[in-house]
Amino acid sequence: MTARGRLWLFLVGAAAFAMVFVTACFSLPPFGSVHHPYGERAVRAALSHHTANVIASVNFDLRALDTLGEETILFAAVLGTVVLLRQTADEQRTRPEPAVVRPRVRWFALAMLPFAMLIGLYVIAHGQISPGGGFQGGVVTATALHLLYLAADYRALERVRPVPLYEIGDAAGEAAYVVTGLGALLAGSAFLANVLPLGTFATLSSGGTVILLNAAVGIEVTSGIVVLLARFLDQAVEIGHADDGNDHGNDGKERV
Amino acid sequence: MTDVLIVVALLLVAGAATAAVLNRDPVRQALVLSFLGLALALLFTFLQAPDVALSQLAVGSAVTPLMILLTVRKVRRRPGDSTDKGRER
Repeated sequence: MTARGRLWLFLVGAAAFAMVFVTACFSLPPFGSVHHPYGERAVRAALSHHTANVIASVNFDLRALDTLGEETILFAAVLGTVVLLRQTADEQRTRPEPAVVRPRVRWFALAMLPFAMLIGLYVIAHGQISPGGGFQGGVVTATALHLLYLAADYRALERVRPVPLYEIGDAAGEAAYVVTGLGALLAGSAFLANVLPLGTFATLSSGGTVILLNAAVGIEVTSGIVVLLARFLDQAVEIGHADDGNDHGNDGKERV
Repeated sequence: MTDVLIVVALLLVAGAATAAVLNRDPVRQALVLSFLGLALALLFTFLQAPDVALSQLAVGSAVTPLMILLTVRKVRRRPGDSTDKGRER
């Protein structure tokens, strides 16, 4: 297709989209209105299941199946990264040199590490009560671990971060979600239904299966992000072409 | 008051997003993306969506820029591939 043809095709598509989009925008309820049909029902359902964080109730109770889908997307994405960024036959692993870190960076990263880690774990644990949950807290926890890379170097990070363990955690988190869903079937209810005792409203033990599903997502996301970043770090720091400096023309161009 | 905050956050988001598109250097783009993540997190907070704001803050302003920076480092580490070559495209 010529450049001109492509441009016309784009213009026709863009015009049609703009028309439909503008029409849809005019039918929206006004910004900041007080009437929220879905919101009211979601809040009522969340309160009836003793879950203070309505978003967690939507994610892990009312729409638990959707969250299984989202969790699986992340799982598949991490799996794809692990396969794509593996060490190929013509690549070799070199130990990175110990890095020199400025004292201020080192102290700042070391001081932040425990706080960031604690906040991440707090956000996971309180998913059913306060904003956040397994996904948000998981990403924070996984990122906090990498402050060690800033504070020291890659070797220090590798020493405290056994990747195979996190790979198992990734799979176990994903599996735990499905198993919890199947458990509801065994209890005589629907897949992923909230069958556990609901507990006292706004306490750590409230929400029934929301706690288990939230924890499963927390484990999966923490492990998944650690594995994801580990593969990227491996490629950036350790893995290089076996015959660096001789023949890398074609390969190099493909990746730029 | 909330409306003013929302408008300021929207302007920040529009500015940061435009800057991210106009920047051609991936390293600078990563930094601008990080700022865009922060602006989006602010916007979501003002719109009373703290859950989404937390996700945006963690993923948009930390993990994504980090992945971009690591990728740039990997691409530039190959000797013989001058950095100019990468910038041509």
